[in-house]
Amino acid sequence: MIRPEEIKMSAEETGKWGMVINQDICTGCQACVAACAMENNITFVGEVDAGYGRSMHWIRIERFWEGEYPEVKMTPQQPMLCQQCGHAPCEPVCPAFATVHSQAEQLNLQVYNRCVGTRYCANNCPYQVRAFNWRDYQRPEPLPNQFNPDVTVRRMGVMEKCTFCIQRIHKAQDKAKSEGREVVDGEFTTACAQACPANAIVFGRVDNPESLVSQLAHKGHGVKHLEELGTLPNVTYFKGG
Amino acid sequence: MTDHKQHTEHSHEEHLREKHLMLDPLPRGKMNEMVMEAMTTPPTWKWWLVFSLLAAFVAWGLFYKWGVLIAKGQGEAGVMRPDYWGIFLVNTVFWIGISHAGTFISAILRVFKAEFRRPFTRAAELMTTFGLVQAGFSIFMHMGRVWLFYWLMPYPNQRLLWPNLHSPLTWDLLAITTYLLSSTMYLFLPLIPDVAMARDRSTGWRKNLYKILALGFRGTEGEWTHLRNAMSIFAFAIIPVMFSVHTIVSWDFAAATRPGWSSTIFGPYFIVGALHSGMGAAVVVLAVIRGTMKHMNYFVRGEHFDAIGKLMLIISMAWAYFFFNDYMVQWYGGDKWTQQLLHFHEAGPMGWMWFTMLITNIAIPWALLWNAKWRSNPWIVGFVGIAINVGMWFERYIIIPISVTINRMPFTWRMYTPGIEVPMGIGTVALFILLYMAASKLIPLIPVWEVQEGQMAHELKKFGRETVVSVSELE
Repeated sequence: MIRPEEIKMSAEETGKWGMVINQDICTGCQACVAACAMENNITFVGEVDAGYGRSMHWIRIERFWEGEYPEVKMTPQQPMLCQQCGHAPCEPVCPAFATVHSQAEQLNLQVYNRCVGTRYCANNCPYQVRAFNWRDYQRPEPLPNQFNPDVTVRRMGVMEKCTFCIQRIHKAQDKAKSEGREVVDGEFTTACAQACPANAIVFGRVDNPESLVSQLAHKGHGVKHLEELGTLPNVTYFKGG
Repeated sequence: MTDHKQHTEHSHEEHLREKHLMLDPLPRGKMNEMVMEAMTTPPTWKWWLVFSLLAAFVAWGLFYKWGVLIAKGQGEAGVMRPDYWGIFLVNTVFWIGISHAGTFISAILRVFKAEFRRPFTRAAELMTTFGLVQAGFSIFMHMGRVWLFYWLMPYPNQRLLWPNLHSPLTWDLLAITTYLLSSTMYLFLPLIPDVAMARDRSTGWRKNLYKILALGFRGTEGEWTHLRNAMSIFAFAIIPVMFSVHTIVSWDFAAATRPGWSSTIFGPYFIVGALHSGMGAAVVVLAVIRGTMKHMNYFVRGEHFDAIGKLMLIISMAWAYFFFNDYMVQWYGGDKWTQQLLHFHEAGPMGWMWFTMLITNIAIPWALLWNAKWRSNPWIVGFVGIAINVGMWFERYIIIPISVTINRMPFTWRMYTPGIEVPMGIGTVALFILLYMAASKLIPLIPVWEVQEGQMAHELKKFGRETVVSVSELE
């Protein structure tokens, strides 16, 4: 695991964002899923398509059975979202450069209007967190009245995924800049972290050793999913702490 | 005693002539007439019936359904998380595979001067071009926003955006385009003397058409020299192109991080698989041509099925080796997801497909192609060809939608059910056959000049009592 003091920022970089998810206190209430859909104008696919595995959530709560019947128990809830890999498998495979790494925020960006829909990135994502617009889905009333003006509405045939609420990052950075200061830790957070009633999701700068997310991430028992693939994920999970 | 001896000598010669096209020459005029007749005979009502049925399938399955797909989105197909790639990609790989044998038969056998290739190089080259058309259709069907397909091409634009050269898909497009263009030129070059022959023997619109296609070819020594030079350059140059195309197709999978896909042997494995299905398709095309067109019994004989049958048997063995190698390496790798996937292949709900693939790709060719007599029978070899193609389609189906079902996030595992892909896939098959039917009435399917050239080079010579086949070196 790379420690914050080892991170060297390039000239264009404005900070490295990360997330810590505590599975021990996650109740699986799905508030993050709903908040994410509201914040990011994620469409509703309807019962039929959702039942066929086409639901378009950028964050989902996973839970599994463990053991053989009758000795079955549930695993802890596991919110799964884009891990904003430092070395992302989705990026090199896109033929049109629609999936790119942002130099400033060190996030994986999806350029919706450049996407041609080959779906290679989603195939190559080991976390399976990308969502494809299979159709032009109709939003039921009154949902069309609550679009977030800061986020693009995507159309049929493009891929989309969690952005770490990049619109919020930019808003906070702009505000801090206009006031002539740095962004303060905890000044803003992502929609999922904001909605979490148990504070199981913490978001912030991982390159700042003082931030809450850095301190939590280095408590010692955090794990990163599928780290063995060399993806350098930016989301740390806690379980059994 | 002497009588009997003479008789057997004579019948041995007869037998050789009957068996080998190269030793059974006809006068040039007669042969040209036969090919012209096969091409210009007005189609029967049966031909029109099949033609219109296929045209209806193309109109409905390929074009109408594609319109629906573009209007309503990829949701019409059976793809979803985690099976982002479905039958469209299976068909793409399948058709590129079919198109491989065309060039293999034509270019490699030309380079190695295999004489049995002469009557069927044209039919094989057509298979390359027509197969690539279907592959192109299939890959474009797969795209979410197909109207922006040109973004995958390096074209100058205001924003200085280029395609991502790290992506295997970019190379796919470049390789397929290169292959389509070069194989079309390679198809056209040996066609020139034949359309020139047809031009001199036809009237009306046909004459005008052939006049344009023949590019004023008159058959002078200089023209032949140029043509031969161009053909030998293309024959050598197209072989590496052919190998690169399917290797690049295999990178789509081998370069990915998924269990079951990231296998270093995929390049040669895919090439052998492509040749396997392509040879199978070529033999089916030959059997149909021989069965349905006039005078084709003379040109396409048991010896040709025998020769391709031997190749099919060897390629089947090579495929079995690569399949086994790929399986063993993945199995020994011990990755828990790969092991789960291999178990899913055999024992999952689609396990029947895995076993059918092994039967049609290995057991059937091995059981039927070892015997020279069976190998010379168009029905038997044609059946093996169809079986191999079913098996190779299954192989691609197992590699794509079945393998992506198992990934490292068990929460998303889900079985794939095809939707609009089925009529559209049938539409590509219909278009392939339709193009062949149209071609059989428009261009000479038999390269007459190549057959004549071969017959001129072959001779039956008598040394004492022995009849010996002698071949003179051409060029």
